[in-house]
Amino acid sequence: MKSGKPDLFTIINTICMLLLISTMIYPFIYMLSISLSSHEFVVKNEVFFWPKGFTMEWYARVFADDRIFIGYRNTIIYVIIGTISSLIVTSLGAFALSKSHMIGRGPLTFCIVFSILFSGGMIPTYLVVKSLGLINTMGAMVLPNLVSSFNVLVFRAFFEGLPAELEDSGKIDGVNDFGYFLRIVAPLSKAVFAAIGLFTAVAIWNDFYTPFLYIKDQSLYPLQVFLRDLVIAGQLDMEATAAQRTNNTDTVIQSLKYATIIVGTLPILILYPFLQKHFVKGVLIGSVKG
Amino acid sequence: MDKPYARSPLSPKTNYWRRVIASKYLIFMSLPMLIYYLLFQYLPMFGIMIAFKNYNVRKGVWASDWVGFKYFDLFFSTPDFLILLKNTFLLGFYSIVWGFPAPLLLALLINEIRSSVFKRFVQTVSYLPHFISNVIVVSMLTMFLSPSGGLVNSIIGLLGFEPIYFLSLPEAFRTIYISSGIWQGIGWGTIIYLAALTTVDPHLYESADIDGAGRWKKMWHISIPSITPIIILLLILNIGGLLSTGFEKVFLLYNPLTYETADIISTYVYRTGLVNGNFSYASAIGVFNGVTNLLLLLAANYLSKKYKQVSLW
Repeated sequence: MKSGKPDLFTIINTICMLLLISTMIYPFIYMLSISLSSHEFVVKNEVFFWPKGFTMEWYARVFADDRIFIGYRNTIIYVIIGTISSLIVTSLGAFALSKSHMIGRGPLTFCIVFSILFSGGMIPTYLVVKSLGLINTMGAMVLPNLVSSFNVLVFRAFFEGLPAELEDSGKIDGVNDFGYFLRIVAPLSKAVFAAIGLFTAVAIWNDFYTPFLYIKDQSLYPLQVFLRDLVIAGQLDMEATAAQRTNNTDTVIQSLKYATIIVGTLPILILYPFLQKHFVKGVLIGSVKG
Repeated sequence: MDKPYARSPLSPKTNYWRRVIASKYLIFMSLPMLIYYLLFQYLPMFGIMIAFKNYNVRKGVWASDWVGFKYFDLFFSTPDFLILLKNTFLLGFYSIVWGFPAPLLLALLINEIRSSVFKRFVQTVSYLPHFISNVIVVSMLTMFLSPSGGLVNSIIGLLGFEPIYFLSLPEAFRTIYISSGIWQGIGWGTIIYLAALTTVDPHLYESADIDGAGRWKKMWHISIPSITPIIILLLILNIGGLLSTGFEKVFLLYNPLTYETADIISTYVYRTGLVNGNFSYASAIGVFNGVTNLLLLLAANYLSKKYKQVSLW
């Protein structure tokens, strides 16, 4: 490659990329600075990049709210239990489907693929969850999404790609299929477990649909449902209006809402840079099959 | 050598049981997953029969009376049907028209970045919105577009115009939904294209250099043709999902003021079934949507098979 002055293409491309980066990051910078500013600056529309009149008041109020705490606690519980159980059930099942001596392997794989193409839909699924007595239980957060067919296929493709000699060596040592999976296959598949585990964890963390449909008890709400009630459905507005209506209520609510959004997003914003490469690996493992 | 095991003169039935016993550990291992599919995938499919029944909560799914295609006829004869179909179609269609080329274009541009540090930084930053939940994205939209002090309206205010309540305008809904969707997905969508672009033979670029081709020419004549099979495959997949726009983001973003453009089949099913309690009618609408999705997917797979013998499954 030639070095020296950048050509026109490089200049235009770099400008495009810088624009892209700012549209991705600026919303978060804006929300952060509003949520850290005192309201006399917010009300005058003076805050765009840096907090003015730095204050932690809004965060203090957000953290004083029990709902955020309950939401966090529940979400963390659902993510841990949901991810671990999903990984166990999915990997065991996919392993069985990857073995040629598994009985009914073809039809079972077809059934799994078919469920990607067609499903009972919202109402019949709701009725099943309800008739199993799962409404308003932790089970409703874990069981209906326990297995994703896509993940089964990724796991299966990976297990099928392991060399056959591995299994032969296991057979010589006299281990059965389960022992072979536990002692030889699973330790070799750490990268797939990590990638699928991360995707599952993010999916559960971000899920709004499942708790919105199946959880009506506030003490079991995950974070996303509280966030929606507080910010989108306007619970904070109503509470502020009920308490007292002054001419700066709007901006107070605004700062409070931004602080709430930031609190709800922070774990992902902080963890994301460290986990990013595993996610990309996960997509590529999945698309090899695709 | 002995006779091969498979040729042993056993009846097929004994042979079958032998295979069951041989895979007993595997059966045991797959049992939790199979129970999951039975309960949460196939039982609901079975429950679709309530679309053909007059579902009564007291009688339950089994004992409710059959009504045949009554609810389907009802749905097709309401004026809502055409509006919902149009809204669902247009939202999916515009999502493809605007949302499909965006990551492709970005991938081509990222691929041209020479500094590997800057390249990695652009990638990392552009993937980020993919991990932000729909609730957060819609919260941000609600705040930024708010007529009282939202970011967009304060800019409009600075320019001397009246604030606009964007989220109450039916004509703005699709634009808001799709442009925020591009923000969420553009970076993530580049991953597959970028992976495909790394497999392009560097000799092609070198010989183009010798021929004096500029970077636009190389992009147009080498990069794009090299990844055309992937582009077409992804486009077909997208078309297969044309009518399956998810419930979550539309539900969070719409409100009664924007129903005329925003209400799609899945949100209508939710309101009909779970809010108003017409389980049978809502199921019938859901079945209609499920069947159209299935047909679209099968058509998409047929197309992709025809094109390059690549089957999606």
